[in-house]
Amino acid sequence: MTQHTPLWEVFVRARRGLSHTHVGSLHAPDAELALRNARDLYTRRQEGVSIWVVPAGAITASSPDEKDAFFDPAADKVYRHPTFYEVPDGVAHL
Amino acid sequence: MYGNDFSAPDGAPDEAPGGLLGEVEAAEAELRAAAARGRRGGPAPDEDLAAYFAEVVDAEQKIEPRDWMPDAYRRTLIRQIAQHAHSEIIGMQPEGNWISRAPSLKRKAILLAKVQDEAGHGLYLYAAAETLGISRDELVQLLLDGRQKYSSIFNYPTLSWADVGAIGWLVDGAAIVNQVPLCRCSYGPYARAMIRVCKEESFHQRQGYEILHTLAHGTPEQQAMAQEAVDRWWYPSLAMFGPPDGDSTHSAQSMAWKIKRFSNDDLRQRFVDMCVQQAEILGLRIPDADLRWNEERQAYDYTQPDYDELMQVISGNGPCNRERMAHRRAAHADGSWVREAAAAYAAKRAGQKETVAA
Repeated sequence: MTQHTPLWEVFVRARRGLSHTHVGSLHAPDAELALRNARDLYTRRQEGVSIWVVPAGAITASSPDEKDAFFDPAADKVYRHPTFYEVPDGVAHL
Repeated sequence: MYGNDFSAPDGAPDEAPGGLLGEVEAAEAELRAAAARGRRGGPAPDEDLAAYFAEVVDAEQKIEPRDWMPDAYRRTLIRQIAQHAHSEIIGMQPEGNWISRAPSLKRKAILLAKVQDEAGHGLYLYAAAETLGISRDELVQLLLDGRQKYSSIFNYPTLSWADVGAIGWLVDGAAIVNQVPLCRCSYGPYARAMIRVCKEESFHQRQGYEILHTLAHGTPEQQAMAQEAVDRWWYPSLAMFGPPDGDSTHSAQSMAWKIKRFSNDDLRQRFVDMCVQQAEILGLRIPDADLRWNEERQAYDYTQPDYDELMQVISGNGPCNRERMAHRRAAHADGSWVREAAAAYAAKRAGQKETVAA
């Protein structure tokens, strides 16, 4: 068996105007082959107009274990949403 | 793309594949809805992890790669997803056998696209298995060493062109019935891979059905060839659903974990009920003299496949087991120079970049 082939995460933009979305991963020795393999693997039915490949090792992920603590600071700030505010009757363009 | 190249024959049962495709769409919508329902975050520091896991699964939420999960759940999924991936890869062989002999350029292009899809399905599934902490190299090695299995069906030979049709209709049809419920599997990466696979799989089933329909309405020789293929593939296809419920070893736990949603026998029954009407429209006979509608059960009574034969094939004694494995091993060995060259080129390029940077 040859040396371990790096893992890449694949992101596809389905149509102009949409953001790239994670679709899966694949193995390839370098970025160029990763792109070609991603085209063959994830866009066989015209699923995309643009592809990003990112070395899986380059992604740092938050851990689900810390979900509460990590995202807590945003939990008690309802005033960040416009629905928090009472608008007097009859006010227009607000 | 090729899925649009032909229309279903007149009066063909669009209903069944359409119905299953509808279920795939429903599973996808459910996946989104479950995500939108959300739930509280990760387990509290002093919370029982097993209870937390059970709560997520019971709430029809997905387990994701970095979530805590029982070791047995992880092992079960690795085994099942890997076996599924290996099946897609080995499954390229019986059909690949006919690419060079397809009767027209159109059929050849379609078959090429289908076999390429199978490779793609194998790769989606390997990627899903890898999220559970096993490497691709290990998975490939497990297959090559014969320590993990693949579906028994691919150990049967493809003797005529009609076999390509029978595989599409029966083998892919059975696979879809098996796989549609997996779109609802509790493990997120597997469920998402299965949604993708099932959508693509429906073209496979239809192209097979169309091949058989064309042959069944052709010359008497073509008709006989189609019937002969259905005669050979019917029972092995029924066996694809696995041993009867009483003998199935992993079922109960997998149901509790929501990896599996229906029992082997329920799925097998569903497949038989679908096929009867489809066979009528083909004008082909299902090789079962005891096949008849049971008013009370609202389902067809049918003859069970030979489970001793299934066990024989699973344990390596099917007509093509050795050939399939030998071919897979040779293909892997013959491809090693490509992997080595690509790695060497990548290393060289990386070296050049460093030199420039310095």
